[in-house]
Amino acid sequence: MRYSALRIIWEGLTGNKGWTPTWRDAEPKAEYDVVIVGGGGHGLATAYYLSKVYGITNVAVVEKGWIGGGNVGRNTTIIRSNYMLPGNEPFYEFSMQLWENLEQDFNYNAMVSQRGVLNLYHSDAQRDAYARRGNAMRMFGVDSELLDQDGVRKLYPKLNYDDARFPIQGGLYQPRGGTVRHDAVAWGYAKGASEHGVDIIQNCEVTGMVISAGKITGVQTSRGPIRAKKVAVCVAGSSSKVMSFAGLRLPIESHVLQAFVSEAMKPIIPGVITYGAGHFYLSQSDKGGLVFGGDIDGYNSYAQRGNLPVIEDVCEGGMSLMPSLGRVKVVRSWGGIMDMSMDGSPFIDKTSIDGLYFNGGWCYGGFKATPASGYCYAHLLARDEPHDVATEYRLDRFKRGAMIDEKGVGAQPNLH
Amino acid sequence: MIINHPLLGPRDAAEFVYLGDASLINRPDGEQDGAAEAFYEYQYLRDNPAGLHEELWFHEQGDRSWLVVTRDTTTHEITEVRLARDVALERGRGA
Repeated sequence: MRYSALRIIWEGLTGNKGWTPTWRDAEPKAEYDVVIVGGGGHGLATAYYLSKVYGITNVAVVEKGWIGGGNVGRNTTIIRSNYMLPGNEPFYEFSMQLWENLEQDFNYNAMVSQRGVLNLYHSDAQRDAYARRGNAMRMFGVDSELLDQDGVRKLYPKLNYDDARFPIQGGLYQPRGGTVRHDAVAWGYAKGASEHGVDIIQNCEVTGMVISAGKITGVQTSRGPIRAKKVAVCVAGSSSKVMSFAGLRLPIESHVLQAFVSEAMKPIIPGVITYGAGHFYLSQSDKGGLVFGGDIDGYNSYAQRGNLPVIEDVCEGGMSLMPSLGRVKVVRSWGGIMDMSMDGSPFIDKTSIDGLYFNGGWCYGGFKATPASGYCYAHLLARDEPHDVATEYRLDRFKRGAMIDEKGVGAQPNLH
Repeated sequence: MIINHPLLGPRDAAEFVYLGDASLINRPDGEQDGAAEAFYEYQYLRDNPAGLHEELWFHEQGDRSWLVVTRDTTTHEITEVRLARDVALERGRGA
């Protein structure tokens, strides 16, 4: 089905009887060329680009629950490409460019809104670090602007400029950053992949892998065995669990990150603000709720919920940035499970097992990477070599001493 | 979470700093053959289980002891807390 304004008018006039399901809920077949494990944003994007760009259509996406029920439905919907290191910035900028054309590309309204991302600085040292980052971004052709306090005040007049112990000095601004309707990303990619012949199989949990003589030939699932020439694992959060079926240990710890939404209010936050010094970030959804969060809880967890000390810490951070938030009611909080890699950067790579591929380690930055992650993973699966912008995301980089330590924190909680 | 400290009784987990898997006690011998490989695995690779996990917590806002806490990562339930010193001695370290 093709969505358009004309279609909405036509359906409206004819009793909305012509709408069909957005994507096809498939039954598993006995064999596929590629089985993608994990029907989240990255898995569905991989299936979409694999079928559309690389012409491989005998593909299944197997998902334990329902598609979009994991981290793609649990993030805070922010997109940006304000990275510094050569291993990262071209990749995230590629992702940003894919976001910019995404809705036309898969014909689905993902509400991509380039409302601007602002990283605040509160000290001279932070300003220098952001100046350097902004310059690095420009070297890669990415938009960035270093604002002083007046520049920030024009964008956000209601922040605390005068009474804070460490007042806002300015910020690094990326106008092309913004937010996207996260569920629609999963549904749009599912629609696109399904239209190109990909089978999306829900309620199908992978429970084992069939490996002989160093080669994978299929997966065991809760709905029976599925043979596959290639198996692409894409289950960030549960990567260690799934890869343990193949006997592999990863440089990853699973941690819980909480997020929050407030009651709906009139527009007050036009873009996205990150307040690194206070461990807090904030945006406002189109429904009016403030969407915010802070640090990971800081201990291994698969529980998809966190604890009160971090909630208190996040709310304190919010209050110090914007004291008027004190009157706002928080209506929901939830947790998502992060693959915390040891250097804070992801993996898109082959494994030591022939035919088994791995995508994970996204830490708390996976959502913005969804399109590029899918594209590059599809490239790797189709060509057996990394995409040009994802050459550094290798599993062996710790052994080689080639870490991508963008922030130098990784899984170590007390470094955040 | 409440951590039942073996010396001090039940304490709020917010008093503690988390380090990670208690296998970090098993620091490899730098003199042995294959030490580089052993240190790579020790430093970077993790079992990261969904279920019971033995992990190191430091009582920073308390008596500054290191504890080995056994906790279920799927429920956050803590089933055992021991002094890391006792665990290390049991594993033949510090001799």
